[in-house]
Amino acid sequence: MNSDASKAMVKDAALAFAAVVGQEHVRQATAEDSVDGVAVSTVIEPGTPTEIAQVLQAATGAGFSVLPRGAGTKLAWGAPPRRADVVLSLRRMTRVLEHAWADMTVAVDPGCTVAELQKAVAVHGQRLALDPLWPERATIGGILATNDSGSLRVRFGSLRDLVIGVTMALPDGTLAKSGGKVVKNVAGYDLPKLVIGSLGTLGVITETIFRLHPLPRVTRTVSFAGNVGSLCSLLLAVTNSHLSFTGLQLRTTSGSDSHLDVRFEGTSEGIEAQLTHLRSIAKDESFVEVDDVWSERERMFRDRCEKTLIVKVSTLPANFATLISLVQNTGKSSEMEWRLVAHASGTGWLRVDAAQSDLCAILESLRQGLQMMQSTAVVQHCPVVIKRNLDVWGPVGDALELMRTVKKQFDPSGTLNPGRFVGGI
Amino acid sequence: MNPNVLAEFARVVGSAGLITNPEELRTYECDGLMNFRVVPMAVVLPTSAEQVQAVVRICHQHGMPFVARGSGTGLSGGALPVEKGIVISLARMNRILEVDYPNARVVVEPGVLNASVTQHVSSAGFFYAPDPSSQQVCSIGGNVAENSGGAHCLKYGFTTTHVVGLEVVMPDGSLVHFGGQAVDAPGYDLTGVFVGSEGTLGIATKIILRIVKRPECIQTMLAAFHTTNEAGAAVSDIIAAGVLPAAIEMMDNLAIQAAEAAVHANYPDCGGLLLVELDGPFAEVEALVAEVRAICEKNGAWEIRVAQSEAERILIWKGRKAAFAAMGRLSPNYIVQDGVIPRTALPRVLDDIARLSAEAGLRVANVFHAGDGNLHPLVLYDRRHEGEEHRAEQLSGEILRLCIKAGGSITGEHGVGEEKKMFMSEMYAEPDLDTMQLVRCAFDPERLSNPDKLFPRPRFCGERSDRLHPSEVAGLADYM
Repeated sequence: MNSDASKAMVKDAALAFAAVVGQEHVRQATAEDSVDGVAVSTVIEPGTPTEIAQVLQAATGAGFSVLPRGAGTKLAWGAPPRRADVVLSLRRMTRVLEHAWADMTVAVDPGCTVAELQKAVAVHGQRLALDPLWPERATIGGILATNDSGSLRVRFGSLRDLVIGVTMALPDGTLAKSGGKVVKNVAGYDLPKLVIGSLGTLGVITETIFRLHPLPRVTRTVSFAGNVGSLCSLLLAVTNSHLSFTGLQLRTTSGSDSHLDVRFEGTSEGIEAQLTHLRSIAKDESFVEVDDVWSERERMFRDRCEKTLIVKVSTLPANFATLISLVQNTGKSSEMEWRLVAHASGTGWLRVDAAQSDLCAILESLRQGLQMMQSTAVVQHCPVVIKRNLDVWGPVGDALELMRTVKKQFDPSGTLNPGRFVGGI
Repeated sequence: MNPNVLAEFARVVGSAGLITNPEELRTYECDGLMNFRVVPMAVVLPTSAEQVQAVVRICHQHGMPFVARGSGTGLSGGALPVEKGIVISLARMNRILEVDYPNARVVVEPGVLNASVTQHVSSAGFFYAPDPSSQQVCSIGGNVAENSGGAHCLKYGFTTTHVVGLEVVMPDGSLVHFGGQAVDAPGYDLTGVFVGSEGTLGIATKIILRIVKRPECIQTMLAAFHTTNEAGAAVSDIIAAGVLPAAIEMMDNLAIQAAEAAVHANYPDCGGLLLVELDGPFAEVEALVAEVRAICEKNGAWEIRVAQSEAERILIWKGRKAAFAAMGRLSPNYIVQDGVIPRTALPRVLDDIARLSAEAGLRVANVFHAGDGNLHPLVLYDRRHEGEEHRAEQLSGEILRLCIKAGGSITGEHGVGEEKKMFMSEMYAEPDLDTMQLVRCAFDPERLSNPDKLFPRPRFCGERSDRLHPSEVAGLADYM
């Protein structure tokens, strides 16, 4: 295509976008809108599901790539985009649509922040039983795309267990629903599972329905300090007991500090009895009562610099001790500082600060060790300059071809987030 | 059937693994839904994933459809054979392969029975949480296909909550792995899509399950109310109080009579019976039992009993789980329905069911998982009476429409299968179904794996409907 024709096409598309969302909601992108250093040309802010669908249809028709965006808190997760024309921002769609409190479900816009949703449902003593990163800013669409979950997962599951329905807009402009507003429903394929964690590569979520849980009456957290090996054993002893905890977290660093945090929720009497039980399991170890340990995962992302690598590790709780020796051994060959937060669900976050030139090798060595444990490490932060030289996602296994076929079915022209997901999807 | 193809199957599974005798084939003509019957061309009984692969490859090569079957207890006709196709029975793949207590994982073959998993791990203090009423005989492979639930999914979740990884033979015979022992494997959650796909995306040959530590204390109580409405109000109050029981089941008088006749569960004779189970640490459960008791009394419960022994608890559950089969004591024929409504719509929908039942002149017994709004109305009829079966089917369908109208679902745990595929287009719009079809086309473009189930009409890959989604129409109206 010659450049005049291409310019004309861009102009046509810009007009089409403006016709859908109104001129005031289409703007030229700035340097701040770029993703992993890849510049974007236009930012579009639709206000309804239909507008989202129409924008996608117009973009696909014009051959543009589209990068959906909520608050942008996790925009650096995933590989750098192969192409980046349009940012589709959900910032105008922020409403809590329907809180059916007596049924304990809520329907919400994709641009609503987690904190706003929690505030709305707390009025009736309820919560979305999920503690993702940066709730004040992170949006529902963003946490779904990245499948972010925290310490509550060990008791309440992750997004796949909490989402009961979604509506999504496909690149061809189709609006499709799957699931609904009842907790139990097996009619048709479970598309919410497919889109959760798909990093916006299959469609743009225009509405989500969650099941809710009651706010806890009383919450108490206790923490053990000590030797990391014995804390790993204690963690397994707690998971193998009758204790009914809602958080179980191991914290350790390349320094000497290691802690095991246990959270209980319920009635005062119930928690008191559980603490007594915990004392009997812990034998020699003693605990202190603490409050602010559950944002440790979030603290790990603070003060990131050009030497920082953060990975999410998926493994099994009985592997934590091996994982820690793996990290320690890696540390022997490279000058590095590290911190690890691991939850009893088997998910952990490891932050490494080391010479930038060593980060790729550190990741590689970690992955080699993890592969022996059938575990994976996905990069959630690293300097942009090295990101192009490493595989953010790591090995995917023999289902990759099928994943590519799924992508092709939903997004045959490769409109959505091209190149950002596993295997270059 | 082409004898050469039969010979190919025989080479894979041996003559002992191949059924072609018409008499024996009739055993496979239906599953738990007996009003649809198709005799398959052959039944193949592989004993390993390699054999499943080889059998599926032969089907793929000849364009022959296949239907996977576990124990055949499904209630929506999901395992109904297709004409000119074969049935692949997974019953001989019934080994528990690995047990990992520290990480609470069990790896099984698809033919392992649901109850066997719990039996296998109970000595270590674990159980497998999904507990469909057929758990003594239904298979894990079937549970995966249907995303089976059960009474305890209110607290513990469904099959999909407890499946973390799968080995799958794809409809072209290739072998792939979804998920794994650990959660959050990178890539699309294909495990999540496969569970509940009713055999239309391939055949699971290995399943990685999550098991759960048995709670310290379990208390089961029965509360007798004058009406189901009173019982329903108690359910709402229990949930509103922030109590999450392990299970809340409700039975109406007709269902109670049937259960009594069948297993003598010693239920109180009342209009609405609640069965509430609370579990967790002793002190917690003790406090919650007192609270639930008070809520039930406030809502008019005239008798409340807490099971005093494990034997008593088992008997209470036996009555509930036998309720479907027990209907045979009250009526020569019955239809088991499965629909879901938002819990708050319960009184209204029950009134409507009663009205429809009176209009049709047919009795309807109600047994349901009240905590999550999953209804199991049982429509009683006598086939020997001219036209009664037809009226029963009509009534059963109208009940589903009530569920859709209330914002619910046409199935909470039995699946769509053959039985409800026409209702899919009442619950979902065409674009919704088209989008689900994209998944089908990615997994099984030639439509060989359990074809013609689940969707209201056969579709070909690449085919899309032109009709607008209702919300799209509504959205467009904003601009006018």
